[in-house]
Amino acid sequence: MSEAKKYPAPVTNPETAAFWDAAKQGKFMIKRCTACGEAHYFPRSICPFCYSDKTVWEEASGEGTIYTWSLMRKSPTGPYAIGYVTLKEGPSVQTNFVDCDLEKLKIGQKVKVVFKPTDGAPLPFFTVA
Amino acid sequence: MTIKGKAYIAGIYEHPTRHAPDKSTAQLHAEVAKGAIEDAGISKDDVDGYFCAGDAPGGAWPMVDYLGLNTKKLRHVDSTETGGCSYIIHLGHAAEAIAAGKCSIALITLAGKPRTGVMPPRAAGAEVDFESAYGATTHNAYGMCAMRHMHDYGTTSEQLAWIKVAASHHAQYNPHAMLKDVVTVEDVLNSPMISDPLHRMDCCVVSDGGGALIVTTPEIAKSLKKPLVKLIGHGEAMKGPRGGKDLDLTYSAGIWSGPRAFEEAGITPKDIKYASIYDSFTITVLMQLEDLGFCKKGEGGKFVADGNLISGVGKLPFNTDGGGLCSNHPVNRGGMTKIIEAVRQLRGEAHPKVQVKNCDLAIAHGTGGLLGVRHAASTAILERV
Repeated sequence: MSEAKKYPAPVTNPETAAFWDAAKQGKFMIKRCTACGEAHYFPRSICPFCYSDKTVWEEASGEGTIYTWSLMRKSPTGPYAIGYVTLKEGPSVQTNFVDCDLEKLKIGQKVKVVFKPTDGAPLPFFTVA
Repeated sequence: MTIKGKAYIAGIYEHPTRHAPDKSTAQLHAEVAKGAIEDAGISKDDVDGYFCAGDAPGGAWPMVDYLGLNTKKLRHVDSTETGGCSYIIHLGHAAEAIAAGKCSIALITLAGKPRTGVMPPRAAGAEVDFESAYGATTHNAYGMCAMRHMHDYGTTSEQLAWIKVAASHHAQYNPHAMLKDVVTVEDVLNSPMISDPLHRMDCCVVSDGGGALIVTTPEIAKSLKKPLVKLIGHGEAMKGPRGGKDLDLTYSAGIWSGPRAFEEAGITPKDIKYASIYDSFTITVLMQLEDLGFCKKGEGGKFVADGNLISGVGKLPFNTDGGGLCSNHPVNRGGMTKIIEAVRQLRGEAHPKVQVKNCDLAIAHGTGGLLGVRHAASTAILERV
């Protein structure tokens, strides 16, 4: 079902282009601030916590746990499960869960990143690990 | 500096329509403006401040022109856009402008037709590439909050259902309510699952319509004929995932806007006789009651159960017009009707079956945006003089 779904291509911009270039290589990137040490997502050039501009790209493990989820059953494009994943590196990210039984998702469950194609750069999703 | 007692709500009007395929959106704005102006007993040429949000076609200047406001007199405009709570924020901003002498009679309007047609999409933020593909909607964004609240605090679907049950008890007396039938907890639990764990009856109605307010100085309010209702406290706040650090979807920005309003008013939640609480979904109400301090965080389920929100039955009568869950959620924005029903209660103009006795202190609280993603909240505390 989710394989057949057509996802919009990211527009991208100078601030986030490196994320999408890495996604084309199958790498899931986050930003980390070298001044305060905090990681964040989605990526910004200025650290949202300490306002330092010393932020650097870091390849994330792509592993995390489900913080919350909801199975959207009433949708013209078919059911989909939206949620947040708390990455091993700390930040929580909004995503959809794919390629797994959406009725059996559980908070705290281990998940890993998978990329799905678009007409542009691929988009990150998560599936049960 | 405070706005406490500096501004009064002198005019209110809720459009009776819930479906308006034969009217334009601007026309609905004009109809509610006319209604509130007539309720206050003023002339539209006296209006010297105008407030509108994203629902106003074209924004402030086309609306000021279309409405025929007196541009020789109009000296203050504000088009702050914070979704459904915009109008509660406007109320506070109007009080600030009045206190600063920047205007003396403010008009606030809301109107639109989501039941008739598709609403224009929201403008994209910096997060667009990282979120838009995942299909966050009101239903699933609030579903995510409810799912986590249940996980962390043991909140149940039965407890959430009590909020809808209470709203339906009130809506049966409102001739304009979209849903007038009294429902039971079982009815809610047996309605189709829309976005786990929210059932259809956990969701508000989709309605065309609108509403408007006239906010003015104490002196002008006292020269008019309506019972006096003054703003004594106001708060606003925003919350988002903030780079994904320490994500917690079990509380809202109401946790900040509420205390700000109560502190300014110099009262506590225990003093409130009637509460208008934003009810886009049942979980919205439950989280707001906790965030505003009507009960402890995590105890909202217990607080709302067994009819505690039903006027004449429970300790905290809420949304006595039937709220967004049963009566009206014009333009998918419930903030305006929250203020209007609070003013009706303070004036003693609510339906006799739901009118709270000796109602002298009321709260009108709203949120805007998506609680599960990023949102605003605003709290107003009103007193009958």
